[in-house]
Amino acid sequence: MSTTTVTPERVETQAPQKGWAGQSVPRKEDKRLVEGEGVFVDDIKRHGMGYVFFVRSPYAHAHITSIDVSQAEAIKGVYGTLTGEEVAALTDPFFQLSTPPGAHLKDFALAVGKVRYVGEAVVAVVAETRELARDASELVEVDYEPLAPVTDARRAEDPEAPILHEESGSNLMWEGVYEWGDLDAAFAEADRVVKIKELHFHRFNSTPLETDGALVEYNRGTGQWTIHTNNQFPGFAAIMMGPAMRCGLDKLRFVTQDIGGGFGNKITSHPQLVVCCLLARKLNRPIQWTEWRTDFHLSMSHGNERFFHDTEVAVKKDGTLLGFRTKALDDAGAWLRYEPLGGVIWAQVTPGMYRWRNIRLEFTQVATNKAPVSPNRGYSRMQHLWFTERVIDIVAHELDLDPVEVRKRNYVRAEDMPYETPNGCVYDSGDYARMLDVALDLIGWSGIEERRRDAESRGKLLGVGIGSTLDSGTNNFGQSRMINPELQFSGNNEVATVKLDIFGEIVVTLGTTPQGQGHETTAAQIVADVLQCSVDDVHVRAGHDSYWNSHAGFSGTYASQFAVTGLSAVKGATDMLAAEIKKLASAVFGGVPVEALELAGGGVRITENPDAFLPFMACGAIINANNAGLPQDLGVTLNCRYVYRPPFQVPDVERKFGNLTLTYAAQIHAGVVEIDPETGYYEIVDYAAVDDCGIRINPRIVEGQVMGATAQALGAAVHEVFEYDEDGNLLTPNFYDYHVPHALDMPPLRTGSIESPSPFTPLGTKGMGEGGGAGIHAVCAAIQDALRGHGDAIVYDSHNPYHRVWEMLQRPERARALVEVVDA
Amino acid sequence: MAAVSSSKVVTVTVNGVEHEREVEARKLLIHLIRDDLDLTGTHIGCDTGNCGACSVIVDGVLVKSCMMLAVQADGAVIETVEGLADGGELTALQQAFGANHALQCGYCTPGMLMSATALLRTNPSPTEEQIKKALQGNICRCTGYWNIFEAVKAAAGSEA
Repeated sequence: MSTTTVTPERVETQAPQKGWAGQSVPRKEDKRLVEGEGVFVDDIKRHGMGYVFFVRSPYAHAHITSIDVSQAEAIKGVYGTLTGEEVAALTDPFFQLSTPPGAHLKDFALAVGKVRYVGEAVVAVVAETRELARDASELVEVDYEPLAPVTDARRAEDPEAPILHEESGSNLMWEGVYEWGDLDAAFAEADRVVKIKELHFHRFNSTPLETDGALVEYNRGTGQWTIHTNNQFPGFAAIMMGPAMRCGLDKLRFVTQDIGGGFGNKITSHPQLVVCCLLARKLNRPIQWTEWRTDFHLSMSHGNERFFHDTEVAVKKDGTLLGFRTKALDDAGAWLRYEPLGGVIWAQVTPGMYRWRNIRLEFTQVATNKAPVSPNRGYSRMQHLWFTERVIDIVAHELDLDPVEVRKRNYVRAEDMPYETPNGCVYDSGDYARMLDVALDLIGWSGIEERRRDAESRGKLLGVGIGSTLDSGTNNFGQSRMINPELQFSGNNEVATVKLDIFGEIVVTLGTTPQGQGHETTAAQIVADVLQCSVDDVHVRAGHDSYWNSHAGFSGTYASQFAVTGLSAVKGATDMLAAEIKKLASAVFGGVPVEALELAGGGVRITENPDAFLPFMACGAIINANNAGLPQDLGVTLNCRYVYRPPFQVPDVERKFGNLTLTYAAQIHAGVVEIDPETGYYEIVDYAAVDDCGIRINPRIVEGQVMGATAQALGAAVHEVFEYDEDGNLLTPNFYDYHVPHALDMPPLRTGSIESPSPFTPLGTKGMGEGGGAGIHAVCAAIQDALRGHGDAIVYDSHNPYHRVWEMLQRPERARALVEVVDA
Repeated sequence: MAAVSSSKVVTVTVNGVEHEREVEARKLLIHLIRDDLDLTGTHIGCDTGNCGACSVIVDGVLVKSCMMLAVQADGAVIETVEGLADGGELTALQQAFGANHALQCGYCTPGMLMSATALLRTNPSPTEEQIKKALQGNICRCTGYWNIFEAVKAAAGSEA
């Protein structure tokens, strides 16, 4: 086991250093990026390309009565347009993942007949410059017949509520009941029942700095499209686009190099990519689309907004948690672009980090006249884990228990690992209580009461909050069958190829689409360890190209999995290559057994006779260019493709039971806030993030992910929200109104880590990168702690701008009315 | 409207190279740099002047190039990220960004580097607070900024 050293700033677990893996080697990607030589999608240019601008709906809900593009098309330099009617003629609706009623949606790449949110794309205009396309779009005349919108998910199922999708009959999209254990027995055993009427997780996303985009070319001779894009899950885009466009998937070539952040928000750009494909064919020229920032905010990938209603928690006097019931109401926005998968993804972390065994959750997802939701860092688990953390802290608050003690009493224990949750997920490893101790040490927990008094002396209210969270990674796509038993998805996979080229270059190709996670670097570390060479000798191709034949159905970079799926594929392919190199050397050395050979120093040699050495360059040259006389049955190509497939079973759909992800990384955050009671303004004055993602291949990269996720969570907790008015206008459609944290917003941060290797993965790694939702939980808990004795409001919303804190101080009765404790 | 816009010939010197281009009056400097001069290291992250990804140095002054028209830059000397490294040798700041893991996706990085370069020219030994103030106009969504502060501090130290 590893040892831990504590410094004032960082807690580091030092793994034994055997090779490149485990070292914070500098990133291969950095040189080109600091020189401005990265290639992002908007950097790609083609002769004669046309720029797309989308005409968007000014109404949240309206019938389209007429569209006239003639004035726009008459402008010199305008190449053409595309309307919803054309799209409906040329394509089929996108495949729906949902069972009815959501299954009935007719979702096309442009609005057909009706618009359902402000910002929905209605017409695409293409012109020779960006400016002209935008100007010409103003000459497109669209007549609308406005309808009443529904923007509050809680009103979506009212009898008088306007219906978005008549085909579905109501705004209900999907519903399911999840129940495990024995709720009646749990509530009978309880000493107290804590009831919480409503909790609300707000709508925001990660706003990657690079917006979505594509450069699409159509080859008329072959009927193939080449789609240069920053879509982060080409496997999903392809299965959405191919059937809709009535073409085979090989006609859709996806190419990326550098992607300017994704965070899940770049998974569902398939409608826009379809528009670009249709225009490239119609106008016979390359089509360039770069989303404007305002367009991104209006229309792309909002995170799931969720209410939790009528929660009841069964608790023993000593704080032992027995179970809970709740009703989750999820707001999908206007379309199901990746939904209703959020209706099951949360179940990866059903009990949070706690040992309660009796859980019932009724999940309902509705459509509203707001932008469609899509995965956002922490997708669906973040909402649920925020809920479980709120429950813990509200229970502690109401029963006057110590939140630290309640957590430690109820955390899944290190000695119980691997731990099977009530719904069959298997938490692979971890020591949550120890992580909490590290986090508390980092924020100076032992002196906190003194600091509380000090803050009071300055007229401030000090509060401490903890956020415990799991980062479940490597999806078992079989969970989709709990949403729709007809879906033919299960398991997961990722691909890598590793080859030795003619001059001995080691060339690695990944199926992934990294957006800053350093895949080129960590892949090289794994390869270098297997081939016993330097990371500098390993060339990892930048980006993704589906013509490289190094991808599979689930290829992409999403859902915390590269350290498991991607690197296991790299290791598998490199192990194959190493075996082939030895096989070749065995033949060259006249039949020396492969067991007598070893890789070292950039080649292969006889272990007992190191002078008998065949450099990789010779190996590559022999196979590729100098192979006469080799045995016909040698079976060596030095070009190895490996598909990593995690060990999954199809979950039991009836019981909604099974292991939904392979690994469960953990993060525990602790934060200290100081509130000015006069204004509600608060500052985060101390903050610690402790991470455990098993074996870390590159600790620096891991820490970078922890930091970034933390910053996003703190931004979401305090500032960021996609807020709509009652007419369905987005009030935060750009960075002017949607405040993301900037340099002066950042609190002091201390990071810590422990390493609990996963017993289920080839490298002991766990997927990570999404655990930062813990920051939202911690800030909520800290505010609630600070308000203790000052009205005793409970924190009921994940978004707590200063005015809400002020309201909780001024009118705590509103928050107090949401909670009740009854003797069981 | 396209019909009412007019064109003008502008001359700019970018990273030591003089360019002459005819541009529409309403063209932004960032689009001249990226689209007409094909210097794509300078990026665009918003359309409201908030994000700083397009930061360049114009006549010695840090500028968000989306907030300036190309015609306003006529005759100007412009520095972009591509001009930082001298003959392939990375500046201390560029090296420090790598050494401190101050970048992930790298999209904000060119703007960050230009803002930090402008800071270090006028204030070679900034305090942490001065670094934060100098970078407050540049948004990064990947790093949380902490490692960027470290990188700028390290570069300041190495150049001092």
